[in-house]
Amino acid sequence: MSRTLLTGNVSAAWGARLAGVDYVPAFPITPQTEIIETLAGWIDSGEMAGRLVTLESEHSMITAAGGAATTGVRVFSATSSQGLLYAMEMLYTVAGWRTPFVLVNVSRGLSAPITLESDHNDIMAARDCGFLQIHCASCQEVLDSTLLAYRLAEDTRVRLPVIVNLDGFYLSFTREPVEIPAADAAAGFVGDFDPQNARFRASTPESQAVAVLGGSPYSYFRYETHLASLNGLSVYDEISAEFSATFGRNHPAVEAYRTGDADYLFVMLGSFATKAREAVDRLRDAGWSIGLLRPRLLRPFPEESLRRLLAGRRGVAVIDQNLSMGKGGVLHGELLGALYGHPQAPPVVASFIGGLGGRDISAEEFYEMAQTLRQAADTGRTPPPRLLYTRDELREIRKLQAVAHQEREELHR
Amino acid sequence: MTGTKASIRRMKDLPSTHLLGTGTPMCAGCGGLQALHEIYDILGEKTVFVNAAGCMTLLSVYPFTPFRGSWLYTAMASSPAGAQGIRDALDILRERGELPAEEDLQVVVLTGDGAAYGMGLSATSGAMERDLDFIYICYDNEGYGNTGQQYSGATPHAAKTATSRGAHGFAGYKKDLFSIWAAHRPAYVGTVIGAEPLDLAHKIETVKQLRGPRMIIALAPCPTGWDYDPGESVNIGRLAVRTGIWPLKEYIDGKVVHTRIPRGRLPVEEYLKTQGRFAHLFAPQRDDALLAELQARVDAYWDGVTS
Ligand SMILES: Cc1ncc(C[n+]2csc(CCOP(=O)(O)OP(=O)(O)O)c2C)c(N)n1
Ligand code: SF4
Ligand SMILES: [Mg+2]
Repeated sequence: MSRTLLTGNVSAAWGARLAGVDYVPAFPITPQTEIIETLAGWIDSGEMAGRLVTLESEHSMITAAGGAATTGVRVFSATSSQGLLYAMEMLYTVAGWRTPFVLVNVSRGLSAPITLESDHNDIMAARDCGFLQIHCASCQEVLDSTLLAYRLAEDTRVRLPVIVNLDGFYLSFTREPVEIPAADAAAGFVGDFDPQNARFRASTPESQAVAVLGGSPYSYFRYETHLASLNGLSVYDEISAEFSATFGRNHPAVEAYRTGDADYLFVMLGSFATKAREAVDRLRDAGWSIGLLRPRLLRPFPEESLRRLLAGRRGVAVIDQNLSMGKGGVLHGELLGALYGHPQAPPVVASFIGGLGGRDISAEEFYEMAQTLRQAADTGRTPPPRLLYTRDELREIRKLQAVAHQEREELHR
Repeated sequence: MTGTKASIRRMKDLPSTHLLGTGTPMCAGCGGLQALHEIYDILGEKTVFVNAAGCMTLLSVYPFTPFRGSWLYTAMASSPAGAQGIRDALDILRERGELPAEEDLQVVVLTGDGAAYGMGLSATSGAMERDLDFIYICYDNEGYGNTGQQYSGATPHAAKTATSRGAHGFAGYKKDLFSIWAAHRPAYVGTVIGAEPLDLAHKIETVKQLRGPRMIIALAPCPTGWDYDPGESVNIGRLAVRTGIWPLKEYIDGKVVHTRIPRGRLPVEEYLKTQGRFAHLFAPQRDDALLAELQARVDAYWDGVTS
């Protein structure tokens, strides 16, 4: 099969097209907009069936997505950053409706300060809402994960919406060679949408999303949703195995790169993990016993696999591309939660924050993290969490501040 | 389905069997529920009600519902967008031949004034601008009732609410949602009140025959929020019309027509004095200046009415 150069955004659009989506409620936001423009173009030209409607906000967009999915059609939508947060009330709401549909989020740092560039605080904010989350590191993965996401969302053991996450700019606007599955093969893999009881018909009236009185029914429905999300772990393994058998591409819940004998591991999400992969190769060349773990599923959180893959290592560096104010890196906390009390848990799990607002993580910084990790393992003392930030950067910021002060003083003179 | 005949002329033509179940947790004498009963009798069960946060959210509490048709609770701001998703999905299924005509539904948004006049206005504007084929019913109890009747964009001047308890009540003025909606040129905008069931029935019958955005505002006397005895709801509703406080009108084919021009309008104080929220206009001293202002506003409105 031949490969085509596609951006991450167009890969996501291909995923939606090949999944045969019926309905696309939309709203523009950088860096996601190319997805809905691509779909709109295909629908307008007749290359793709389906209906695209631009709502007046992401809050409405997700409401419409949920409304259509509860009526029994296959739905796709996409957003980024401020849009994801604007929709937050409805993310929780439609997940509670148990509506299966797919939302692509193109990660972008959150305001303030306002920026267009990528990090994971937006998607982390949606961590607890009930949407499942698949994190991608390549354009091929974006397309494939969109197909996987429909299977996952619509599986009777799950029945929850799924977010496919890709990084703004680094994936959204980067062209990579992508194998576009044949339409019939993709359709065969995804299958027809069976709305089951999520439908409104005159002869079979339904009350959906009704209120509850008291904590008991509330707890019941909330816990059911949690259990459904957990079911996603084994369901994901099944469908990704089927995907791999059908298309020859393997997308495990946790990608393990050169981890077999590794004493040290980096743990990262998303496209920046490809930088870590590169660093692992260089470090291996230099004699290091090091590898990389990249969870693709963040919700449900593949705790068992991670525990197994992390067991017996000397040290682990978790690199979070997000920052929970007053706490630190979210993935680091999640991982510690999975490891605590486990007899073979690594003695050192260090936290690094990097890549905020699209800031690069250089090869040197990966080497430095590896050094820190080895030192920590040797001394048995876990270093405090660290922001990846250089002296030069700080000097540049100080320079800008000096300029700002100078300008203000001149104005006031 | 009942009430499909466009033949309601007299009270005795109104549907005599009622579709909406009883035993809901609404307050006794709820004017919103009264209007909904009357509307539902005519719209019938081939409907899906898309609800926003408010008193009516408690109509359907797991595992009960008074509706014979369908229901979806959304959130406070976005029920018109929920209606958009449902309507679009039904249309997609219709086009594909997967939904026979007899399985199709009227999509009906049901919200309070807080959602309609404020938080949900952007979503409503969007739905109208997209010419969504839906019915919107706003039951207007002139405040955020479910949270304890704080003032909203629909609260009338001088009314006391939980957040306007001062000597002069609410300082603002009721927003003209009818005109805001009509400015979008939807298929229909109408005002109704449960206490005038014939006028209401005519309008809902009209709405049922049309397609596109069909917008209804029902003034909803609210014993709990307006502070009066529940037995007075119908009387207060009638007074709202007879004093000219609540004009019954419709916007259709680009024109506004009053469906009831009250002859020999009663003084507005006949309406105001029935409700505790306006008691400060009468005691300990009569506030003649404020009463005159309120009367003058109503007079000025009707002075401008020609049809
Ligand atoms: C986003 C959001 N903010 C606030 C609320 C709290 N809330 C629930 S009902 C309600 C009042 C709604 O007022 P209205 O639309 O007039 O309906 P009513 O309660 O009067 O029936 C409010 C403020 C909410 N549910 N959602
Ligand atoms: S508070 Fe008012 S609107 Fe709400 S249920 Fe009671 S009477 Fe009806
Ligand atoms: Mg209200």
